[in-house]
Amino acid sequence: MTATTIPRRNKGPGSVWGKLSIATKQTVWAWAFLALPLLFFTVVRFYPTLEAFYLSVTDWDLLSEARFIGLENYRRLFADPAFWQVFRNTFAYLIFGTPIAILLSFAVAYYLDRVTVLHGFIRALYFLPYLTTAAAMAWVWRWFYQPPPIGVINSLLAVFGIPAQPFLRSVDQALPAIMVTSIWAHLGFQIIIFMAGLRAIPTSYYEAARVDGLGEGAILTRITIPLLKPTTVFLVIFSSIGFLRIFDQVYNMTSNDPGGPLNSTKPLVLMIYQTAFSSYQMGYAAAQTVVLFTILFTISMAQLWILRSR
Amino acid sequence: MRLASLLRRTLLVATAATGFFACCLGSAQAVEIQYWQYVFDTRVQAMTQLIKQFEAENPGITVKQVTFPYADYQTRLIAAKAAGRGPEVMQLFYGWLDTFIAGKLIQPLSKELFKETEIEQEFFPIVSAMKRNGQYYGLPTAVRCMALFYNKDLFQKAGLDPEKPPQTLDEMVAAAKAIVKRDAAGNYTQVGMALDIARQDHNWWREILVRQFGGESYSADGAKVAYNSEAGRKALEFYTSLQKMHHVGQESFMDEGQAAFRSGLAGMVVDGTFRIASYKTIQTFKWGVAELPTVDGKRANFGSYFANAIGVGASGEKLAAADKFLAFVSSEKAMNVWLDKVGELPARRSVALTDANIKDPIYGPFIRGLGYAVTPPMTNELAQRQVSIDMINSVLLKDAPIADALQAAAEREQAVLDKARSK
Repeated sequence: MTATTIPRRNKGPGSVWGKLSIATKQTVWAWAFLALPLLFFTVVRFYPTLEAFYLSVTDWDLLSEARFIGLENYRRLFADPAFWQVFRNTFAYLIFGTPIAILLSFAVAYYLDRVTVLHGFIRALYFLPYLTTAAAMAWVWRWFYQPPPIGVINSLLAVFGIPAQPFLRSVDQALPAIMVTSIWAHLGFQIIIFMAGLRAIPTSYYEAARVDGLGEGAILTRITIPLLKPTTVFLVIFSSIGFLRIFDQVYNMTSNDPGGPLNSTKPLVLMIYQTAFSSYQMGYAAAQTVVLFTILFTISMAQLWILRSR
Repeated sequence: MRLASLLRRTLLVATAATGFFACCLGSAQAVEIQYWQYVFDTRVQAMTQLIKQFEAENPGITVKQVTFPYADYQTRLIAAKAAGRGPEVMQLFYGWLDTFIAGKLIQPLSKELFKETEIEQEFFPIVSAMKRNGQYYGLPTAVRCMALFYNKDLFQKAGLDPEKPPQTLDEMVAAAKAIVKRDAAGNYTQVGMALDIARQDHNWWREILVRQFGGESYSADGAKVAYNSEAGRKALEFYTSLQKMHHVGQESFMDEGQAAFRSGLAGMVVDGTFRIASYKTIQTFKWGVAELPTVDGKRANFGSYFANAIGVGASGEKLAAADKFLAFVSSEKAMNVWLDKVGELPARRSVALTDANIKDPIYGPFIRGLGYAVTPPMTNELAQRQVSIDMINSVLLKDAPIADALQAAAEREQAVLDKARSK
C-alpha cells in the first residue's frame, strides 16, 4: 500500500477529517447516523426508566415535592391484600393464557399449512383480529358476554338449554372470559409466526422420515416440534410478556368498575394505572412498576434458560 | 462594505423591534383566557353559546374553551399546573375542592366582586361546600339532584296509573313487581327497576336510603363514616333485596341502567338531572319524573354540582377577565341557557324557583328535591365511590352477610378519609 506516501492536499484547521483512515471515517459516519436514535432511546426510554426507579423510593404525588422515603412504598405494597389479589390475577393470565394460546395457534398453523383451498383467505381471517383495535374488540366481546336479552353467547347457550351465565358479573368467570378475548386477539400473529417456522423446515427431512416408515404422529413429535424450537421460544416469551402486561381488554370490558367485580380481573398494569392517574400517588405507582419490571425480567430470563439449546 | 452591512443590520433589528412592539401593542387590547372542562356534549355546547354571548358583550376579551375526556381531566389540570400553564377558569366537581386547594390549582374568589352575603342569599345552600376558611373558591352554574324516572307506557301495560307514580318505597317495589317480566328460563326480558351500582345507585344508597332509614352517611365535618349503623344495614338490605329477594331487577341488565331505561325495558330508574337532556331524545315511549319515594314519610335527596373556579396562575389583566367571565357564567342569563340546553337546575334560587319551573312535569320533582337535598363533604370521590361499589358487589356476588359487608366498607372508607386528612 502506498497510502502513506500520497502527499496531503489540504493543510489548515479543517484537515482533521482528512487525516483519518477510511475505516475510521466509516465508523464516524455510522456513529453519526446512530446518534439520533441513540439520543431518542436514552431520553425517551432509559431516562424515564431510571427516573421510575428513583420515584419508587419517594412519595411524589404530582402536587407536592418528592420526598425520599426509602422502601416504605414496597413495604406498603407487600402488606396490601389487594396487591396479592392482583398478583394472582396477573399470573393466572400468564399461566393459563400462554399455554392455551401456544397450543391453539400451533394446532391451527399445523392444519392450515395443509389446506390449499382458500388458504390465503383463511389466513387473513385469522390475522384480522390482530389488526383490530383492542378497545373496539373488547367492547364487542363485552356485548357478547351480556346477560339475555342482548347477550349473544347467552342466547346461544339458551338454544342448548344451558342456563344464562353471568360471565363478566361473576368473580369466578370474569377473568377467564377476558382471557378468552385476549387469546383470540393474539392468535393471528402466533399462527403466522408458526407457519413461517413450519415452512422453514426442509421437506427432505419429511421425505426421509416417510421413507424410513415413520407415522404422522412420530414425524410431529420427532421432527416438526424439535425443529420449531426457536419459533416456539420466541412466541412463548412474546406471549408471556403480552399476558403479563394485559390492560386494554380488562379496562374496556369492565369500564364501569375497572378490574372486574371485586378486583377479580385486575392485572398489575391496571393497578399501576389507577394508582398513578386516579389517585395521583406517583411514588407508589413507580414502586408497582418496578415490581412488574422485575417479574417480566425474571420470567423472560427463566424462559430463555429453560428453553436454551443444550 | 463594513459600514453598509452594519447599517443594514441595524435597520433590520429596528424594523423587527418596531414590528414586535406593534404586535404587542395590538395584542394588549385583546386578553385571551382559557376555560377548561371535561367533555359532556350538552355542557360543551351550552358553554360555546355562553362564550359567544360573553365575547359580544366584552369585545376586549376572548375565551378559548378546551375540553378533555372525563378520565383525563384532573390529570391534565394537575400536569398543566406543574408545567406552569394552567387555565384561567376551570370546571371542578365540588368534591375535588380539597385536592385542588392542596395542589394550589385555584385561588379564592375576590371578596369585592363576589360578596359572601350575596352568594348566600342568591344561591342554594349547597353552594357552601365551595367555602373554605371563610372564602369561596368557586361558583356553580347549575346543580343536580336525583329523582325517579319512570316509563309511563310500561306502567299502563302493567295496569298501574301512569299519572300516579309510587310515593313510597313499598309502592315502588310493588310497581316494579308488576312490571318485571322473565322468560321460561328465568332470564329477565323486562325489569321493574334498572339497577346500576357504579353510576348513581351507590349515591342513592349512601346519601338517600341511609338517611331515609334514620341514619347519616358521614359526621357533620365529614371526618368520620357514620353509616355503619342500623339505618345503614336496613338501607343496604333494601337495595340488595331488589335483586336478591324481590327479583325486580338485575345489575348489568342491558349493560347500563340508563341504557335499560332508554330501550324501554325498564320500568323505573333512579337517576340525576343530568340525564334529562339524554332522555329527552327518547321517541319510543312516554316517560315521567317523580320525587324519590319516601320511607315512613322521610324524604332525602343528594345534591351535587360542578363549579367554576379561577386558576392560581391568573393575575393582572387575565385575572380581571377571568373574574368577569366567572360572574357571567354564574349569572341568571347563563343559568337559563344552561337549563334549556343541558337540563341542569339553576344554582340561583330565584332562577330555579319560578312558577313555570316548579310546575314543570320534568323539572318540578327535581326542584322540590333540591329543597331538602344534602351535599356531603367528599375528600377522595373515586376511592369512596369504589368502597360502596365493592360493598354492594360483595353482597350480591359473594352473598356476604349485610352486617359484615357494611362493617368492612366502613373501615375501608374511614381509612381513606383518615389518609386524605393526614396530608
